Amino acid sequence: MSNFFDKSDLARKDAENIVSDTLKNCDDGELYLEDSQSESVVLDDNKIKSSNYSSDLGFGFRAVSNEVVAYSYSNEISKDSLNSSAKNLQSTLKSIKGTYNNEIPKSNKKFYNDINPIEQKTLNSKLEVLNKVNEYLRKKDRAVKQVTANFLGEHKSIEIIRSGGEAITDIRPLIRFNVSVMLEKDGRKETGVYGIGGRQSYDDYLQNDNWKSVCEEAFRIASVNLESKPAPAGEMQVVLGPGWPAILIHEAIGHGLEGDFNRKKTSAFHNLMGEKVASEGVTIVDDGTINNRRGSLTIDDEGTPTERTVLIENGILKNFMQDRLNARLMNTRSTGSGRRENYRHVVLPRMRNTMMLSGKQTQDEMIKSVDKGIFAVSFGGGQVDITSGKFVFNCTEAYEIVNGKIGSPIKGATLIGDGPSILKEVSMVGNDMMLDPGIGTCGKAGQGVPVGVAQPSILIDKMTVGGTKL
Amino acid sequence: MIKDQDFLKDKASYCLDLAKKIGATDASVTIGHSISETVNFRNKNLDESNRSDGLAFSIDIYIDKKKSSISSSNLLDENLNTLIEKCYETTKITPDDAFNSLPDKNLLADSHKKLNIYDNTHIENDKKIQYLKELENTVAEDKKIVNTESSFTEKKSNFILANSDGFCSGYKTSSFTASCVAVAKDENSMERDYEYTSKRYFDDIKDPQTLGKLASHQTIRKLSPKKIGSEKLSVIFDKRIAKGMLSAFASAISSSAIARGTSFLKDQINKQIFSNSINIIDKPDIIKGLGSKNFDSEGVKSETLNLVKEGELKNYLVDSYNGRKLNLQSNGRSGGTTNLYFENGKQSYEELLKINSKCIYITETIGHGSNLVTGDYSVGATGFLVEEGEFRYPINEITIAGNFKDMFKNIFLANDLDFEYSTNSPTMLIEGMTVAGK
Repeated sequence: MSNFFDKSDLARKDAENIVSDTLKNCDDGELYLEDSQSESVVLDDNKIKSSNYSSDLGFGFRAVSNEVVAYSYSNEISKDSLNSSAKNLQSTLKSIKGTYNNEIPKSNKKFYNDINPIEQKTLNSKLEVLNKVNEYLRKKDRAVKQVTANFLGEHKSIEIIRSGGEAITDIRPLIRFNVSVMLEKDGRKETGVYGIGGRQSYDDYLQNDNWKSVCEEAFRIASVNLESKPAPAGEMQVVLGPGWPAILIHEAIGHGLEGDFNRKKTSAFHNLMGEKVASEGVTIVDDGTINNRRGSLTIDDEGTPTERTVLIENGILKNFMQDRLNARLMNTRSTGSGRRENYRHVVLPRMRNTMMLSGKQTQDEMIKSVDKGIFAVSFGGGQVDITSGKFVFNCTEAYEIVNGKIGSPIKGATLIGDGPSILKEVSMVGNDMMLDPGIGTCGKAGQGVPVGVAQPSILIDKMTVGGTKL
Repeated sequence: MIKDQDFLKDKASYCLDLAKKIGATDASVTIGHSISETVNFRNKNLDESNRSDGLAFSIDIYIDKKKSSISSSNLLDENLNTLIEKCYETTKITPDDAFNSLPDKNLLADSHKKLNIYDNTHIENDKKIQYLKELENTVAEDKKIVNTESSFTEKKSNFILANSDGFCSGYKTSSFTASCVAVAKDENSMERDYEYTSKRYFDDIKDPQTLGKLASHQTIRKLSPKKIGSEKLSVIFDKRIAKGMLSAFASAISSSAIARGTSFLKDQINKQIFSNSINIIDKPDIIKGLGSKNFDSEGVKSETLNLVKEGELKNYLVDSYNGRKLNLQSNGRSGGTTNLYFENGKQSYEELLKINSKCIYITETIGHGSNLVTGDYSVGATGFLVEEGEFRYPINEITIAGNFKDMFKNIFLANDLDFEYSTNSPTMLIEGMTVAGK
């Protein structure tokens, strides 16, 4: 645990006093302290291309009154700096009064260990794995023309000090291991990318030469794409594979169920609570409590323990995801969904691990039922327009389905759909729910936070596929 | 107050001296400081104020051909000592790379043009609030507007870049940005759109009424959109989207993508990649330009580049490392382009709309559908159906797709170039794209 005060002229008691004094007429707020280290080691083009280490230390001071948020951050933890932040907050909120709510739920559960993954594995042993990846792939096939592999590690220690002096802490490890391979055959180039990660040590992921299976998967995706044909264009049936394709759920539904957009009535879902928004059999939860997952958190960035929030149950909209501010203004409780990228940013309600739960059908049944459509196995990024509800995502591995059979692979195409109606088009839910491999980062208001997704195979009756073949 | 040049220089030379003392053969260090103050409004009321004050330090340490880097926001000497030693230890065990070294000395910037990219004006929060009040009052005049969010940000930065070859330079920059996102609603739909203005000098930003009218108009005209059928069509890209084509082009000609062989524009120098009416220029010395600079992130002098002349690709964007790999000299583009733009086309905006009897006009795209290895392009889009040069009705939930290699050859440009952003394009027409809808 970092001691934020031992190298500063600011004593813990002083900080507590400034916090209590600044927030006394506010509804909420806290001092958030953060000490983080991160590392990135990259192999590219046959060489170790870069080895970067960075350390970051700072505080963010937040005061909330009614709907107004005043925020100030600095990377200098000192008396002067905290005082000038306090002054800044007071000047914004001078005419607004509130009543501070001291209540923060408590929990003893922890969903990951206090480890520093960067220090647990030596740089030399990381370099060794990266070089092995490069050799392995280049030896595998002469079509391999480019290999990029990298380790990303992070160790973050946070402390939240609330008015009255209550302090809440958390230590968060996070790692990611990625391989990207480019193949060239008959003048055609295609790329395949695969990665794994979560809140554990590198060695938890890389035991038994597990890096080989990551290489194989990246290579397999690139090989499939070398044979791909132009994708079709127009409305058709779409079967989504299990696991990572659940970013469809994340984009199409998840963002629209975040508390802030619903309090402000800018989400297409804001007046649909208790209504049927999905087909029967569709249940979606957002869960921060799965051990060692990328999107899991012991406490959120306001200190609230995370939970498993049921968003949609058997097709009916049950809950939004809330931070403290939006929960208070909507007369409900925080779901432990208040997150921020780091101390430079304000808290927003965000997703953690967003999952559609298993149903009864098999993937085979879905494919067999489709006359003309596509089978999407993996995606790159996605995006949503919260207000109109329209969302997109890009296929990185997909096949056409002709008369109930999987056909040729097709080129990366964008799929576009309508969030509020897409889940009503789900006509089959598979029995094969899978978690993603631990690679997702969600962007909102300029802040990126690690998230997870999960789903079984699903059949969507109507979506627009953005290919080039009419 | 923004830290002055002397403070940053002292820190930079402290780092360089320390790195050399413990055994680095070379080093390059950047120290930066920026202060930004933002006020946000929502539905005519104060919503958020945000002040940020951040220092940043980064160092590249070389031991002959070995290199590694470290960055931090903590500039206390004690922390710098620890980090620089850690970086040196890491460098020792990093393998050699023959292309690693500081930029060639004779390419470093030695003189500075006056670019007018720093305005010392400080806008007090009360004045920001006044601007936002006027802005939101204008936006919300029309009752169809049901939600507004706007913000005003003032940002001041200063930096020093120094290396062990004696380069030591930096300068202050400023920006003033106001933006407005509006939501409009009618019986059929709810739509969102935006407008913003960002300038180096406060006096140059759009006034709140102008900005508000644009945001309101652009949002309301999107109401009650329809979905259209799938067909091959000409697509017109609004200026704010057209500049994205230039950004994709710039990524594809970066020396790193070329050296790695992962760009669809590899081996295309002196080849026709656009129609012969197209010229693309990257000009670092535009007065008050949002992308203006005297040197790149390595200290190499940046001069105007004709990237595309009469449709032929003339230059890549070259930094020192990848330049050595490709046997090319750095052209001062480590960190990317400066002020990048298409030269104006021949026809007016109105003429462009009339070239085809039916086309679509795109005002927003969503998704990350550009594959720079293959050139494949597919994104979600919203906009308008245009017939006989007239806007007929709004459209959404469609995709547009093609391949950059074909799209680039079929670009026609209007003559309405403005320098609103750091990357700028006139309104653009691309023929023969696949539109997927119903």
